Amino acid sequence: MSTPMIGAKLMSGAKMLLECLVREDVDCMFGYPGGVTLPFYDVLYDHPIRHVLVRHEENAAFAAGGYARATGKVGVCCATSGPGATNLTTGLVDAMMDSIPIVALTGQVSTKLIGSDAFQEADTFGITRSCTKHNYMVKRFEDLAQIIHEAFYLANSGRPGPVLVDIPKDVFQAQGHYQPVTSIHLPGYKVFTEGHTGQIRRAAQLVQEAERPLVYAGGGILAADASAELREFVEKTDVPAVITLMGLGALSSNHPNFISMPGMHGSYASNMALTQCDLLIALGTRFDDRVTGRLAAFAPHAKVIHVDIDPAEIGKNRTPDVPIVGDVKRVLGKLNALLAEKPEGPVGPRRAWWRQIREWKEQHPLRTSSSESEIKPQHLMAEIDRLSGGDAIVTSDVGQHQMWAAQFIRFNEPRLWLNSGGLGSMGFGLPAAIGAQFARPDKLVFSLVGDGGFQMSIPELATIASHGLPIKIVIMNNGYLGMVRQWQTLFYNDRLSSVELDCFPDAAKLAGAYGFKGRTIDKPWELGPALEEAVHEPGPYLLNVKVSPLENVYPMVPAGGAINEMVLGPPEPVAAVR
Amino acid sequence: MLQVISILLENKPGALMRVTGLLTQRGYNIESLTVARTLDPELSRMTIAVDVDDKIRPQVIKQMNKLINVLQATDLTDVPAVIRELVLVRIRMAQEARTAVLKEAEIFGGRVVDSSTEGFAIEVTGAPEKLNEFIDVMQSYGEIDVTRSGSLAIGLENKKLRLQPPIATVGAGNIRPVRENMNA
Repeated sequence: MSTPMIGAKLMSGAKMLLECLVREDVDCMFGYPGGVTLPFYDVLYDHPIRHVLVRHEENAAFAAGGYARATGKVGVCCATSGPGATNLTTGLVDAMMDSIPIVALTGQVSTKLIGSDAFQEADTFGITRSCTKHNYMVKRFEDLAQIIHEAFYLANSGRPGPVLVDIPKDVFQAQGHYQPVTSIHLPGYKVFTEGHTGQIRRAAQLVQEAERPLVYAGGGILAADASAELREFVEKTDVPAVITLMGLGALSSNHPNFISMPGMHGSYASNMALTQCDLLIALGTRFDDRVTGRLAAFAPHAKVIHVDIDPAEIGKNRTPDVPIVGDVKRVLGKLNALLAEKPEGPVGPRRAWWRQIREWKEQHPLRTSSSESEIKPQHLMAEIDRLSGGDAIVTSDVGQHQMWAAQFIRFNEPRLWLNSGGLGSMGFGLPAAIGAQFARPDKLVFSLVGDGGFQMSIPELATIASHGLPIKIVIMNNGYLGMVRQWQTLFYNDRLSSVELDCFPDAAKLAGAYGFKGRTIDKPWELGPALEEAVHEPGPYLLNVKVSPLENVYPMVPAGGAINEMVLGPPEPVAAVR
Repeated sequence: MLQVISILLENKPGALMRVTGLLTQRGYNIESLTVARTLDPELSRMTIAVDVDDKIRPQVIKQMNKLINVLQATDLTDVPAVIRELVLVRIRMAQEARTAVLKEAEIFGGRVVDSSTEGFAIEVTGAPEKLNEFIDVMQSYGEIDVTRSGSLAIGLENKKLRLQPPIATVGAGNIRPVRENMNA
């Protein structure tokens, strides 16, 4: 790098950063400028890369996450030093927990000022160490291009995740020769993709022999783009499948082998199948506590095959009988190839297993609820599902509406259901929808949020209005922090402490203030027509749906309980499930 | 029980922070930590003693190996390895105990590195448990100050160091880069 090659172009660090972004195929980024990023924003001024000005840096990170979740491409966000960078952190942790590839670019005070408590200085590198898969501070102009390409490579290879690059102002300003980076060397970055051949054989054998096999698949299927392989696997073997919150859409919700979501608010059939199966085929999933409940009682009769690209996930919560470290797409491909050569499994027991699962489904289907006088949350989800037809992108916040949406809205393909699964961050839904709509302008995007989370991201209405994004914002408004209220009701003697959201803006006026349409409804017969109106509106729409305030999400596995000990619905006394 | 981990890591800014941060983040207690350059000035060798449940031990190693700057993390707890520590003890004792203290130091293979009318400074190396005994003995003679180096360990088995080879990139970025298979 030190000796300029003939033909190398002289340019500033800021320009070089842009060159690198172009080479990484970045077409859109989300950010907020500030003092130390001025040189970068100056070169961005007349550059074709689209910069979306959000109204808060946290939402830049969430929007980049939404973009990445909707496409699988690296999402890019940008913030200035100090408060800009610290505001990004929630979005970074969110991406970390859900293995979402984003690259965050932050400005830093000039290298000679670092450590002097300069204006808008924060230790971004130190603060984001645990928020990222890896992070960098570019101390020398000469390292800039190399680091940017490493960041993109790290973000979207192996187990994807967020990577942050902190760039001091003088590095942006420095002039030098740009030579395109042709190779990167990260000797300590170990990615195992292929899976151990012997273990894959053992897995195939177990799949053939099992009497009550079950696929338990998660977000890793989406990250690895392994939906086709998953479908081939379940069709070839006729094994039923539960799909986690993060994986919904990995197998179409209409697929006959799809049971539903498992876990704390999973269906009865899913949780019973997990409890009774004799072979658990865990694919790109991490035995999260919200899925497993009490670990000792999770899939107690099952041998476990666990496929994951991250060796540290194998055996972290459950020791598998067949551990396979690898890219789930490649591993499933090999497994499918092996299965083709082999005969069917034990026919009788398999039929009985399917019969049993169907019985569970019929005994305790997910409870829909309706009323003549008020809108039930489940009714709202069913209506969104009707209009989506399994084809729309739905982003959500966290809490009751998220769980009902996951239970009732179908997703025909991957990357339609975008939510903050691991971190469970409120305020995610609206900015994620912005990222998703920029990524997929062709798609109908619902931003389905609660009245709590919506008020955390209200500033982004300006971003939506400014770009005329046709996002359909649907607020499931129960006047409470519903999930917290549900726990207070069930486990804290109904002492509702600081959960009532008693003031909410008039939706029509609020949307009107930003120059688009909005409306509040509270009658069941208004719901269908109002949603249709929202969908047919060419621009953004804010639909505030007042639902019955005290509805609880069921089934529910109380914290620390075994997943087959579900509370199926009211009025179950709490003591009975303990 | 104590787990002794040997880590080979790139000598890059923040690398130490990543290792210690990870231990804190995952709730593992650091008993001791030493770090210094290797023959290759771009690499450092770190020895960490961590207080963790036996069941968690493989998880600690896996998490360490996930750090981009870590080339290799090895668990030396149950494999052939030499584990040593250095202790410096400054002791002030009664005049009549001087000979006895010197005798004791000799038994532990210690070396007197400073002597004054008040007492001695003694250096001893050995297995950490042996040093505990030495410190107990010294304490019985007088007032002491102690500085310990923390465990230093070297494995006695040949462990192949597997590194990721360089990867060609043409701004592959969003197109998933060709990933090297390390299983093969």
